[in-house]
Amino acid sequence: MNSATVRGLLVRGMLAGLAAGVLALIVAYFLGEPSVDKAIGFEDVHAHEHETEVVSRSLQSTAGLATGVLVYGVAFGGIAALACCFALGRVGRFGPRATALLLSGCALVAVYVVPFLKYPANPPSVGDSDTIGRRTALYFLMMLLSVLLALAATVLGRRLAPRLGTWYATVVAVAAFALVIGLAYAFLPVVDEVPAGFPAALLWRFRLSALAVQAVLWGGFGLLFGELAERLLNPRPGATASAEAVPAAR
Amino acid sequence: MAQHVARPTATTPVVPATLPLRAIAPWAVFFGILMLVLLYFVGAEQGATSVFSGTDVHEWVHDARHLLGFPCH
Repeated sequence: MNSATVRGLLVRGMLAGLAAGVLALIVAYFLGEPSVDKAIGFEDVHAHEHETEVVSRSLQSTAGLATGVLVYGVAFGGIAALACCFALGRVGRFGPRATALLLSGCALVAVYVVPFLKYPANPPSVGDSDTIGRRTALYFLMMLLSVLLALAATVLGRRLAPRLGTWYATVVAVAAFALVIGLAYAFLPVVDEVPAGFPAALLWRFRLSALAVQAVLWGGFGLLFGELAERLLNPRPGATASAEAVPAAR
Repeated sequence: MAQHVARPTATTPVVPATLPLRAIAPWAVFFGILMLVLLYFVGAEQGATSVFSGTDVHEWVHDARHLLGFPCH
């Protein structure tokens, strides 16, 4: 019975992730692609060796971009839905909609914003190709650390809640998270591979658009998935479509 | 909707029953790993590490990789 609920939420999470991916794709195409093109223009002028084009630019910026963003949306939608299955009823007095939005907000911060502030997104031509291994390792390490610390902070908050009350327990948990993340920022190596002469305004616009893509993806996911989860778990009495879903949900 | 406005005390959210770990675990293990594999192919394949030789996967998701914040090249 419960397994059917988990399956229902997982499917809805992946669909909500796909829909949020479409929204993020629109932002990525209209806000991000102009910066990517300008950065590639800089690269073409300054590069020492010219690579042969495997996939044309027009495909990379449309079908390629869509593949990446949509698969990313579905994958994180599925993971977030599974996390939400666990969080439902376990993180305080929140209904499905609020749980979903709270979880996606935390996921945006833990999965993206925290690693981004240390190792921000880079446009083409920023980053030495010889250090790709090290930069990839550091980025995923930062992401893993951030997610694990966010989970630890949640557990800490839940433990402190009976003693301090929900408000102060949350404040202490967030402060502890920020403190340890600050230490990680201080001790992990700096990556600064912006080539001389690369326009600062272009770098800023690219990074802002990368942030906007994620904000739209996670915000859209939280709202859409919350709505679908609410309808699955608390169907309105009288609605014929949801009346059929009751046996599966309970 | 009108009923909710009339009785604001009745709008406290229904806190959902918790789903037992036993019900979540099989889905989480199988689909969790599947989703991570998908993320790997979007975010890192043919960058720092390669499952398939060549640069086709890398080049195809090139723009997405940059705009999603992954180190690309």
